[in-house]
Amino acid sequence: MAEQVMTQAPGNVWKVLVKEGDSVAAGDTLFILEVMKTEVPHDAEATGTVSKLHIAEEDAVDVGQLAVEIE
Amino acid sequence: MKKVLIANRGEIACRIIRSCRALGLETLAVHSEADANAKHVGEADEARAIGPAPAKDSYLVADKVLQAARDMGADAVHPGYGFLAENAGFARAVADAGLIWVGPAPETIADMGDKARARALAEAAGVPIVPGSRSFAADDNAGLEEAGAAIGYPLLVKATAGGGGIGMKRVDAPAALLETVEATENMAEKAFGDGTVYLEKLIDRPRHIEIQLFGFGDGNAVHFFERECSIQRRFQKIIEESPAPGLSPKIRQAMAEAAIALAKQERYRGAGTIEFIMAPDGEFHFLEMNTRIQVEHPVSEMITGEDLVALQLRLARGDDISRLNQDSITARGHAIECRIYAENPDKNFLPTPGPLEVFRPPREGGGIRVDTGVREGDEVTYFYDPMIAKLVTHGAERGAAIEKMLAALDEFRIEGIVTNIAFLKRIMTHPAYLGGRTHTGFVDEHKAGLMKE
Repeated sequence: MAEQVMTQAPGNVWKVLVKEGDSVAAGDTLFILEVMKTEVPHDAEATGTVSKLHIAEEDAVDVGQLAVEIE
Repeated sequence: MKKVLIANRGEIACRIIRSCRALGLETLAVHSEADANAKHVGEADEARAIGPAPAKDSYLVADKVLQAARDMGADAVHPGYGFLAENAGFARAVADAGLIWVGPAPETIADMGDKARARALAEAAGVPIVPGSRSFAADDNAGLEEAGAAIGYPLLVKATAGGGGIGMKRVDAPAALLETVEATENMAEKAFGDGTVYLEKLIDRPRHIEIQLFGFGDGNAVHFFERECSIQRRFQKIIEESPAPGLSPKIRQAMAEAAIALAKQERYRGAGTIEFIMAPDGEFHFLEMNTRIQVEHPVSEMITGEDLVALQLRLARGDDISRLNQDSITARGHAIECRIYAENPDKNFLPTPGPLEVFRPPREGGGIRVDTGVREGDEVTYFYDPMIAKLVTHGAERGAAIEKMLAALDEFRIEGIVTNIAFLKRIMTHPAYLGGRTHTGFVDEHKAGLMKE
């Protein structure tokens, strides 16, 4: 099952914890946004492999932006 | 003292401008690129840009703030809260530049900013402290097990340089102690540049109660009673009130006397707060001292009728404020503050930056006060704190203040972004809140009843 992880809020990408090709399990944190001084972790909902990263650390992102693709 | 630079933004900058104006002081706002058209910039007499949107490139850069003061001829600096307010180096630099620092002595800020030092000073003043250990560093964890056993489990591992819940971890059993201590040391080293930690007794179902102080800098100090601040999320306050519901006069008195003793010992200057953690049996312990004006100061202003920011400014200006003494400060009725946050409580308090398409606070007066740094049409950006307004109500007793708060929350119209207003209403009508059964785990304990199903 392919999964597309979208950003939940506008903010700055603080940490990216995976790279393309990594295996991830449901619940693993993929990246963390910094929004209004708050860390907002984004987790994988399904198990799979990171096929594409659309974000990098320090990027400014909008809400609902495609961030990580998992296959 | 003629012109005050306000080294802050948002509601507290607007709040300080108001008191400056009442005292005939000119105001200089500073702002980031994101805040060029912000409310505080419009309300100040003059404004100066100090850099890009991220706080670390603007509001947190001491040199830029000082340069703005020099260029624009300000002769005093009020830091508000957050940003540079508890930065001893900044306070010192302000004084070294020949400007008036509206705050306590830099040495006091440094002492209270160091948790271990603050504990030692509190203890010296006879203020009860939470049983704890010596400091441990990554290369010096000797005697850790014994220290843990002496305090008892569960306990907390706290970073010496941490605060606001950051760098704080719970340990339930001896087996997990070393691992947790090492992880916290590592994190604290990265986050604060200081990897020392200490152990502290964990108090179950504690209440957070604090005493508002004002010191004259000469060893004399007065208090403005207590504030109960137990309703929190992510270790940050949501609702504050005074008096603390159900607090016995005896404990209130003991707490105030302890706070005054510490303020006098430190020859404290200006507005400050001593935070206590209180166990269900009424035993209280020193938590920390905030060497600045606090977000929730309006609660104390509403019950005493005093203007704490004006007092800060008048003391800094050298006015004679000797008419202010403990007997002249009296509390009347009950006040509650609700913090309006741009966040979604139903999505784990996810921040919600965005456009304020509609922003209509309730009308002020008659026991209703609104402190805000935004206007209708403004954009709430993701760079800064999510608090967009403080709604404060005052009534003859707690029930009347709650009723007024509910009506005011009902009247508060915000569209364009999700806020916590509906969540605040659910707390205001919750039986445990109405019964005054507050503790810092309140939101977690009553999660089911407080979230939208």
